[in-house]
Amino acid sequence: MAVSTPTLEVGQQLGSTTIDITRQDLVRYAGASGDLNPIHWNQAFAEGVGLPGVIAHGMFTMGAAVQLVTDWIGDPAAVVDYQTRFTKPVIVEDTTALPGEPGAVVEVTGVVGALDTERSTARIDLTVTFAGQKVLVKAQAVVKLP
Amino acid sequence: MTIDPDLQGRSYPAGDTYSVGREAIRDFARAVKATHPAHYDVDAAAALGYRDLVAPPTFAIIVAQRADAQLINDPDAGIDFTRVVHADQRFIHHRPILAGDQLVAELHVDQVRAMGGGAMITTRAEISTVDGEPTATSTSSLLVRGEDQ
Repeated sequence: MAVSTPTLEVGQQLGSTTIDITRQDLVRYAGASGDLNPIHWNQAFAEGVGLPGVIAHGMFTMGAAVQLVTDWIGDPAAVVDYQTRFTKPVIVEDTTALPGEPGAVVEVTGVVGALDTERSTARIDLTVTFAGQKVLVKAQAVVKLP
Repeated sequence: MTIDPDLQGRSYPAGDTYSVGREAIRDFARAVKATHPAHYDVDAAAALGYRDLVAPPTFAIIVAQRADAQLINDPDAGIDFTRVVHADQRFIHHRPILAGDQLVAELHVDQVRAMGGGAMITTRAEISTVDGEPTATSTSSLLVRGEDQ
């Protein structure tokens, strides 16, 4: 998908994507990010602190969701401002014995929420859901337009 | 243990330098399922005008969370790490983070609000190169759950 600046309008859809998540993905994110909190990889520990199970790092979901924006704009460094609130956990089931089977599926859609012609930026509003509920709220990425 | 309200306004000076490596960018990009070639291939990054691999939009969290650790591990702060929940996050990029950057982060505790038996702490990591070039501002709200939450 390519961005055509002159025809860009508020309300324009960026399309949608799904993120399949396994426990292995969370271990990979823990290692790459340095966030080793056991609630993201240890079932007993997660349950011990009152969670329903192992949950994805909020930052994993935030990091993966912006891919929709990066694909659309064509340059990852065009994302100059990106924010979200974390409202619900993404519970990732253990599917280790079922190779290829995701432990959770997150849905991402995006829409042009605002345009700033002076600064040549667009605000993309992301809707990120898991099991029918929003897990990120006010997920907004401001991109510099080409 | 209660959170000291006097934490608000406290700053922690830049700690160790974080050296942005190509493999760290590739590993982080894989970890967030980012597929853009500018994260993996120097020539693809150069085609977009960058001198080296481009970090994904949330890569700065590595540097920001190292800065946050100064606060969380500060015995004076009274924060129980196992009770910390990430409530919100924002990155403002002043310029792209690229492989080869030498980054430092100064941490500011912007707000401390009592929330039930716990507290909501807003921190701001001002990330710059060791030469002082502003690179990114990362703002995080951390909910520290009280004993009964």
